[in-house]
Amino acid sequence: MSPELLLVQALNGLQFGILLFLVAAGLTLVFGVMDFINLAHGVQYMLGAYFGASLAAATGSFWLGLLLALPAALLAGLVLEFLVFRHLYDRDHLAQVLATFGVILFLNEGVKLVWGAAPLQMPIPALLEGGVALMPGLQYPIYRLGIIGAGLATALLLWFLVDRTRAGMLVRAGATNPEMVSALGVDIRRLFTLVFGFGAMLAGFAGVMAAPILSVEPGMGDTPLILAFVVIVIGGIGSIRGAFVAALLVGLIDTLGRAAMPDLMRLFLAPSPARQAGAAIASMLVYILMAAFLAFRPAGLFPVRTG
Amino acid sequence: MREWVVPLVLFAGLAAAPFAGFGEGYALTLLARTMILGMAAVGLALLVGGAGLVSLGHAATLGVGAYAVVVLDANGITDATTVLPVAIAAAALFALATGAISLRTSGVHFIMITLAFGQMAFFTASSLAAYGGDDGYTLFSRTEVAGTRLLEDRLAFHYVCLGLLGLTYLFCRAALAARFGRVLRAARENALRVRAVGLDPYPYRLLAYVLAGAIGGLAGVLLANAAEFVAPSYLSWQRSGELLFMVILGGLGSLHGAILGALAYVLLEEWLSHLTEHWRMIFGPLLILSVLFFRGGLAGLLAPRQRR
Repeated sequence: MSPELLLVQALNGLQFGILLFLVAAGLTLVFGVMDFINLAHGVQYMLGAYFGASLAAATGSFWLGLLLALPAALLAGLVLEFLVFRHLYDRDHLAQVLATFGVILFLNEGVKLVWGAAPLQMPIPALLEGGVALMPGLQYPIYRLGIIGAGLATALLLWFLVDRTRAGMLVRAGATNPEMVSALGVDIRRLFTLVFGFGAMLAGFAGVMAAPILSVEPGMGDTPLILAFVVIVIGGIGSIRGAFVAALLVGLIDTLGRAAMPDLMRLFLAPSPARQAGAAIASMLVYILMAAFLAFRPAGLFPVRTG
Repeated sequence: MREWVVPLVLFAGLAAAPFAGFGEGYALTLLARTMILGMAAVGLALLVGGAGLVSLGHAATLGVGAYAVVVLDANGITDATTVLPVAIAAAALFALATGAISLRTSGVHFIMITLAFGQMAFFTASSLAAYGGDDGYTLFSRTEVAGTRLLEDRLAFHYVCLGLLGLTYLFCRAALAARFGRVLRAARENALRVRAVGLDPYPYRLLAYVLAGAIGGLAGVLLANAAEFVAPSYLSWQRSGELLFMVILGGLGSLHGAILGALAYVLLEEWLSHLTEHWRMIFGPLLILSVLFFRGGLAGLLAPRQRR
């Protein structure tokens, strides 16, 4: 693999990792604070993309679409929380997995009913169109750089909110020891609704950002959801910092693995089986990483919860 | 004696079904599918209900069994005397390898790690270009039984599935009633106390995991034969979620609940998909409602006073 290609793939991996972080951030807080497994977090990402694409088409502007999609995603998250998730906090993980699985079935089909089964397109805004020359003869799309920039800015904002504000302090305390926080007189349910809505909006934001470079279709949230789980397990459940590091790690490993594995396998195998085995191993890499973490370091990179 | 009534009625009903209005090709196909998924669900119920281990990767064992059929089929081996042992052994080995690692964790980490192994199996299946890759693989023929094409006959296939489902059920029930099952249940309730009386839950749980895997492999062989087609979607995590739902819908307290759950699931899916193209919009909320309000499951409904 040439250095140019490596650079492009590394940037792609970074951009993918940033999107994963936006999905995983909400998931890890919800999981950490309320011990609630939300499989339906991926549909928040999908809904964000659908809201963004259809609102951008309706208003004729990417930026208006983005701006309106965020409150729409927030609202969708709060409605789901009120209707379904609220009743599951006291239940075991099995019940949570199944009920939120039901939400996935409903919403994946729901978007098909509302927007049709055919993928939607969202145009790239004129401001971020075209490419930028990284090196002589090597163009990289500005929009993807824009995603990386927006994601890093969001991560910074999130760090500020979680590390420097009173609400953030309560969230961190809630992730470490929810019973204690509750005993100290904090309404943990209200705190959770806040965290939940914010997480839903972040996932929706990731969806809107991804909409112009992916096809917006039913079920598009399922893959990011599973990868977001990989991210939060590796990063340590409840840790924003862990989610950030792990998301970039997973994004880079997945993208670079897919690019490099077939070549790497060719060292041992004939070209055709090398391509197959390479593709298989590349898809598995992040799951192997997650399984290794679970088996040998179950608390993740940045453990949060105490005993 | 009372706890045998519901399963007996259930099996008698399945045995009589072909002669009670479900004898047409399509109805038989549907029933076979129900019994096969029910078999996998009984294995999963041993794990979830018996041992308290929630696996979100159980579809992978079905996939290993089904792909064993595919690999043998591509090499011209279609006799059940070879196919069945190879497929079951492959699924059991897969369960042994993944279970040995997964069982080092517990609770939510166990759900996640079984999901991870399930995904690995899924991507392996998708990359098997020689066996269809993403598009799946169509079998040349159904598995032969002692040189005869017994399974080609829908009615015979129905009773083969029913017989194997019955054997699976009796086997799991016996396993849960034996000392093995008592240790599993004790470890589910309080692993610390089990250790305190000098028993290590790990080998018991691993054996349960391997048994569930072997049953999944058997179900996989039948599933491949029922459809004469195998695709990576057999191993998707959504399929694992469906199997879990069957177990919960039927009720965790009993093994026949898993069969009831599979029956309810497949029939509901069938009925709703005839009503509307967007049947999942009804199915999803039903799933949520059943989790929220229907805690004892179908088996609990049929036998409210039955002790667990």
